[in-house]
Amino acid sequence: MDFLTTVTSSGLIQQFLVGLSRTTILFVVASGLSLVLGVLRIPNVAHGSLYMLGAFLCYSFATLFGKNPIGFWVAIVMAPLGVALISLAAERGLFCRLYDREHLMLLLFTFALMLLCRDIVKMIWGAEYRSLAPPVVLQGSLSILDLPFPKYNFFLLSIGPFVALALWFLTQRTKIGKIARAAAVDRDMVSAVGINVSWVFASVFVIGCFLAGLGGALVAPTQNIAQGMDHTIIMESFLIVIAGGLGNVWGALLGALIFGLTDSMGILVWPQFSIVFPYAIVVIVLIFRPKGLLRATW
Amino acid sequence: MLQVEGIHTFYGSSHILFGVSLTVSRGEIVCLLGRNGAGKSTTMKSIIGLTPPRQGVIKFKSEDIARAKPYIIARMGIGFVPDDRRVFFDLTVDENLEISERKIAGTDAWNRERVYEFFQPLKHIRSRKAGFLSGGEQQMLTIARALVTNPELLLLDEPTEGLAPIIVDMLEQRILALRDAGLTILLAEQNQKTALGLSDRGYILDNGVIKYHGTIKELQENEEIIRKYLLV
Repeated sequence: MDFLTTVTSSGLIQQFLVGLSRTTILFVVASGLSLVLGVLRIPNVAHGSLYMLGAFLCYSFATLFGKNPIGFWVAIVMAPLGVALISLAAERGLFCRLYDREHLMLLLFTFALMLLCRDIVKMIWGAEYRSLAPPVVLQGSLSILDLPFPKYNFFLLSIGPFVALALWFLTQRTKIGKIARAAAVDRDMVSAVGINVSWVFASVFVIGCFLAGLGGALVAPTQNIAQGMDHTIIMESFLIVIAGGLGNVWGALLGALIFGLTDSMGILVWPQFSIVFPYAIVVIVLIFRPKGLLRATW
Repeated sequence: MLQVEGIHTFYGSSHILFGVSLTVSRGEIVCLLGRNGAGKSTTMKSIIGLTPPRQGVIKFKSEDIARAKPYIIARMGIGFVPDDRRVFFDLTVDENLEISERKIAGTDAWNRERVYEFFQPLKHIRSRKAGFLSGGEQQMLTIARALVTNPELLLLDEPTEGLAPIIVDMLEQRILALRDAGLTILLAEQNQKTALGLSDRGYILDNGVIKYHGTIKELQENEEIIRKYLLV
């Protein structure tokens, strides 16, 4: 195991922090997917497309307000709101008619939406890569034990706990969250006590999609904004949600931690094969806990 | 208050109810008797809109509700207590009541406090998850949950099923207290003793068809009917 001797402890910490900031993005996106899956029982394959849309919208808003120093901040708020608005239209126009259909139909339907989204993105933004610089305050690096660590990643790290706290508050403390938890298990009975489940579902769907858009907006300054980013994230998100426990938001957090950290730490262990590690760990989790780490709502 | 006229209800392609008709007037307790699988629960679910009938009319306070959504029917004033209880397992007792509560004006409105007074055992377990309650406690909770929606008509589907005799006695007392508090009740029961002891009138359902209808006194005197449709 001589590879470990070549890695300094500061390098280890640096990789760990990189992994954690990646985890933030994965968690934000996967928790939205999990929420929609758990409450509405929709395996939304188009969730990744909303993430991509969030990134492109963030780019466009930031470019639009670019001359202003607050342009980026406007963009990072507007982009997920834009995605939420689109998803509200999709829910009221399409999804709300389909809740009683079987899962396979919903899967095919959202798959079709994913293809549609991809073409729409191509029509609006073209096929080229886009890139977005972080705002001036978050440019450059800080030094952690003599190794540079991007400031923007610190920003990401601070967002993660905030989103987790907000989701905890939403599901545990608000009335709509409580209704959503009840509806996840027994939507008929929720309706029989006089609650219009349809609007509860719409709200949960919009919140879930908002998180996809937020993930896309947050990731925009860290990578190329391009076609295909929907693909990668949806695969990863589904794996995280399945490993964590379907429909369990805390499972999504746990899954994202495992996935994000094995991804970044794997590079230190075996760089050529690092891409395999997160997938291998998900397989191992599912061998021992086929229903995921935490209690699934399915 | 409630008129069910010739409803035909299906589960998928299987025909369950064949022209069921019944009426419930304000202030009455009416029971629906019949063996397992006779269609009692389906009748209840048809009224609340969970399995809407394909044919027939259901009128509540003179409005046709046969094709209305369950939440609309509930808001019009029908409370539903299902036979399999279906408490919201993941929520605490208090949260179960919180999300169901529908506030109305008036001093005799049901709110959480009044419900805790009515079912005192619930008061002490209000922060416990509903999934961890005993059968009797769950049953109290489902009735309490229906009460906080402030219904005028309560559909009680086998409230005493599977409960210890001492709990059954307590629930029977509570059901009578509900009638005294002004509620109208449609009660589906397999337990003849409970049903006959509580009700003013009864209907007997067999294989999805109403076979008999009369006052409790008439029913008790008609041994042939009881033997034919109710004894196992």
